[in-house]
Amino acid sequence: MIVQNREAMDQRAENIIGILLRTGVTISALVVLFGGILYLAHWWSAPTHYQTFRSEPGDLRYIPGIVRESIAFNPAGIIQLGLLLLIATPIARVAFSVWAFAEERDWLYVTVTLIVLGLLLFSLAGPHS
Amino acid sequence: MNTLEFVVVLWFGSLLAGFLGSLTGLGGGVVIVPLLTLVFGVDIRYAIGAALISVIATSSGAAAAYVKEGFSNIRVGMFLEIATTLGAIAGAFIAFYLPIHAIAVIFGFVLAYSAYLSFRPPSPARDAGQPDKLATRLRMDAAYPTPNGLRQYHVRGVPAGFAVMFIAGILSGVLGIGSGAVKVLAMDRAMRLPFKVSTTTSNFMIGVTAAASAGIYLNRGYIDPGLAMPVVLGVLVGSLIGSRLLAGAKARVLRIVFAIVIAFLAIEMIFNGLTGRI
Repeated sequence: MIVQNREAMDQRAENIIGILLRTGVTISALVVLFGGILYLAHWWSAPTHYQTFRSEPGDLRYIPGIVRESIAFNPAGIIQLGLLLLIATPIARVAFSVWAFAEERDWLYVTVTLIVLGLLLFSLAGPHS
Repeated sequence: MNTLEFVVVLWFGSLLAGFLGSLTGLGGGVVIVPLLTLVFGVDIRYAIGAALISVIATSSGAAAAYVKEGFSNIRVGMFLEIATTLGAIAGAFIAFYLPIHAIAVIFGFVLAYSAYLSFRPPSPARDAGQPDKLATRLRMDAAYPTPNGLRQYHVRGVPAGFAVMFIAGILSGVLGIGSGAVKVLAMDRAMRLPFKVSTTTSNFMIGVTAAASAGIYLNRGYIDPGLAMPVVLGVLVGSLIGSRLLAGAKARVLRIVFAIVIAFLAIEMIFNGLTGRI
């Protein structure tokens, strides 16, 4: 009986995760598309420069800078914001799983999920130079 | 090529990569890096940054569809994500100290291995077997839907699976791929999960693994908006079309064709890496 209950809760959590992932991907794709249109309107005739590597400017590398550039309506900043939302989507899924496991009083997996969440936030927070 | 032409051509190329990747189950990410470096002459560091982002997009998109079917084992997935995220972070750091020629060569070998794996038939259905002590303690045993109702299975080989997952994470962080083939290998062969459970759980994990290294790549300035934009949008649309089409007998032929293409790309990557052209 307990097992069945657990599976029902797992199923419910998985449905919510499905909606969460789909919403995250859709929103970020739309933001990237919007930024991309602005980017092309501005830079369409410029030559490309991807053959040689030079690191992106600081404002396009960290969350505060990306948000600042997006508010200033910089096309590259808006694309970067969309990419950031995309990176945040699986992180949001993990964060939701912490809550879902806590709801089931499954403290072992709350701990496991918190470790994963911590690693992801460490990676995103930076700076890693 | 000016930026507009570059974006349009790259968008179509990425669409095709995403389409074939999802139709054949090999993932679009593995061909993005060779496409960018070999065809468009893009620096491999930018290519890996863009590929990682597209891997997150396709994995999250596909996982959204899979979770509802009830195949993926979220406990197994979450536990192994400790190993893959640790590996992915380590891999992203390792990548900065590796010469780019070495990255190209490693990429080639992993590509070749993925192509080889896709020729192997999936493991046949197994009986549940004996419960494993560690897996039981970690509450990993579960059931999955079959035409004849739910079927129970026992998970085993947790330490071996964990170790292989750590390696899968490193590969993902160094190469910007989902390393789904290695993840499936860990769950199917080492942990004895049913094949369908392995593949869907692997897909579920790929996005989290890629996100772990993507953050570091973003911080290091390897993710370029002008390049990532057409790649992500192309791969996403391509994989959506691919997953809408029914996977039937034709998908098998396509899978073989795609595996041969991947094998050629692998040789090309190794050759270019060794001769210092990448």
